Amino acid sequence: MSAAEIEHILDLAESYAALNRKAAKKLDRLHGRTLINLFFESSTRTRTSFELAGKRLGADVINMQAYSSAIKKGETLLDTAMTLNAMHPDALVVRHGDSGAAKLLSEKIECAVINAGDGSHEHPTQALLDALTIRRRRGKLGGLTVAICGDIRHSRVARSNIHLLDIMGARVRLIVPPTLLPPAVERLGVEVFHDMCAGLEGCDIVMMLRLQTERMKGSYVPSIREYFHFWGLDEDKLAHAKPDALVMHPGPMNRGVEIDSRLADDLTHSVILDQVELGVAVRMACLDILVHGGET
Amino acid sequence: MSDDDRRHGRVAYINAHLIDGASGLNAPGELLTDDRHIADVGPKLFADGLPEDAAVVDCAGACLAPGLVDMRAHLREPGAEHKETLASASRAAAAGGVTSIACMPNTEPVIDQIALIEFIARRARETSIVKIYPIAAITRDLEGVELTEIGLLAEAGAVGFSDAHRTVMNSRVMRRALTYAKPFGKLVMQHPEDITLTADGVMNDGELATRLGLTGIPAEAEVIIVERDLCLVEHTGAPYHVAHLSTAAAVDAVRRAKARGLPVTCATAPHYFTLNESACEDYRTFAKVQPPLRSEADRIAMVEGLADGTIDAIVSDHAPHDQDSKRTTFAQAAFGIIGLETMLPLALALVHGGHMTLPTLFTRLSATPARLLGLEQGRLSASAPADLVLFDLNTPWTIDVDRLRSKSLNAPYDDHPVQGRVLRTMVRGRTVYDATEKT
Repeated sequence: MSAAEIEHILDLAESYAALNRKAAKKLDRLHGRTLINLFFESSTRTRTSFELAGKRLGADVINMQAYSSAIKKGETLLDTAMTLNAMHPDALVVRHGDSGAAKLLSEKIECAVINAGDGSHEHPTQALLDALTIRRRRGKLGGLTVAICGDIRHSRVARSNIHLLDIMGARVRLIVPPTLLPPAVERLGVEVFHDMCAGLEGCDIVMMLRLQTERMKGSYVPSIREYFHFWGLDEDKLAHAKPDALVMHPGPMNRGVEIDSRLADDLTHSVILDQVELGVAVRMACLDILVHGGET
Repeated sequence: MSDDDRRHGRVAYINAHLIDGASGLNAPGELLTDDRHIADVGPKLFADGLPEDAAVVDCAGACLAPGLVDMRAHLREPGAEHKETLASASRAAAAGGVTSIACMPNTEPVIDQIALIEFIARRARETSIVKIYPIAAITRDLEGVELTEIGLLAEAGAVGFSDAHRTVMNSRVMRRALTYAKPFGKLVMQHPEDITLTADGVMNDGELATRLGLTGIPAEAEVIIVERDLCLVEHTGAPYHVAHLSTAAAVDAVRRAKARGLPVTCATAPHYFTLNESACEDYRTFAKVQPPLRSEADRIAMVEGLADGTIDAIVSDHAPHDQDSKRTTFAQAAFGIIGLETMLPLALALVHGGHMTLPTLFTRLSATPARLLGLEQGRLSASAPADLVLFDLNTPWTIDVDRLRSKSLNAPYDDHPVQGRVLRTMVRGRTVYDATEKT
């Protein structure tokens, strides 16, 4: 995607954000269209966000929790795709635990396929809603210094944000325990830090990532308290960033693991709830553009 | 007020032969200490007369060098105080010219928690006459599975990480340990033995083991782990230290890795360059050690490795065991040799044998180990800690194991002839051992 295309999505999302604040939120842009949310992994906020986005545009929305249905009975991913395709949906939103799953489905399905997170690969709408959150507060993305902190290795959110921020001309720093740094990541155009205070120095934006509990306990990181001590965001560490730095988190948060609980609720820095709000708007924009092929 | 808190004033060491690995100094000269630190050092320091307030120690031509820094000793406290304590080990160390000891975490409980680091620091402060620094475990309970809190342990005072006498066998755990420890600047030290090959072996694999009917430990057990770890070092770029080498093949592997520029260092212990497997003849359990004493060719490879710098440091690998643990069959006897007190006299054989100069030897004994542990001692220079050893280079004598000061006396050196003897040892400027005083 180009910077112009991203800006176009963000502009449209901005108009939907205004709509979402009104009492009457429903449009008929997708009236009569069918949206299927196909989730192979459990998710609350992303699935709800897509569901609301579809409904507010007037579409009929079906939620399929595939981790509790046919797949469990042994159906292959491609068979599920063919079955759904035969029902002629207009958009398919997919969340899957394996990297590349959305791409595989898109090759077999005729309608628009939106990746709602595939393994450790990408979560594009998260990066877009993060971009909109930043643009609203800072007016632009270009020239900003953004620190992405935590479990980069397993994070699709980090990868999507790295790509988007790079395209938009922001400078990206990764602050990461060495065991959670994927190999050759500097080739993606980022600067790597292991020391939180050094990495946060002069940052405009601090994006915290969720540390999965299964990564703690001595496998990647020795313990939760060690992780919080060195890589958890607290007020002392945040003091190294710019005074008006924004704190972001894709959720769900582990309070006391990657982020100090008080800081997560500190509205002078935290824009975590803005992210959730703008998520719906960004997904409305994506559905609108993909279903209508960009025509108005 | 303890002895340690009092100022010791200035001491002038005159008529010394100064030896320093860090600067290459190897010449007659003088040294002035002020309280805990070296104030000045040089060939004609007191040409204009001695400082009036300084006490004078006439070295009478003896060698004055930085005290030894032992990167690897098993001090048994807490948990096996009947074998050794920090106090008893420190007396042995002082008598051997060792002024700093890094102690291994294979204690009971294992040093894998901050509280244990603090315990060692406090016990050392209260009971030891030399400096003692804890090495923390790489993995919890030395089990090779879960990393310890490497960052917090480093902050608490761990000077390095090692699973002591156990090898981190799982390659993924080892890779993560190397990767994770890197930004904390502390060395990860491996005891290299492939336990699937070591199995129930008790001595070097080969003819002698066959003749004695004992199960062998093949040399490959060592080189396989060293080579594997070097692959991980190449991949991670993280510094790596081999705790002790015993085989020619492993020395060669490290030599090649260094030539490729990998950040690898290694050590060996005096028994590996002094003795060979024949010390195990007649089932002498005091020569049972882990890794085992190897062939004569391996012993020579240790000497060559130390001489050409492939081997960076000499460690005691002091491993005290009570009589009951050794007065049994060879198969059942415990692994380990004590070494704090005999380390310097045994190492001086490398100089007397023409393999290296005195400054090179003290690079291996003091300067390099201190640097690898991030300590400021180990050198003779102004403002460095006044941790010193005064020794006679030439007097021949034979080791009498029963007279050693360690609480355990498991050493295969009875009647072993050596040349050179510690006269006096100073820690923080204060004399902690004086050979002329009856002990």
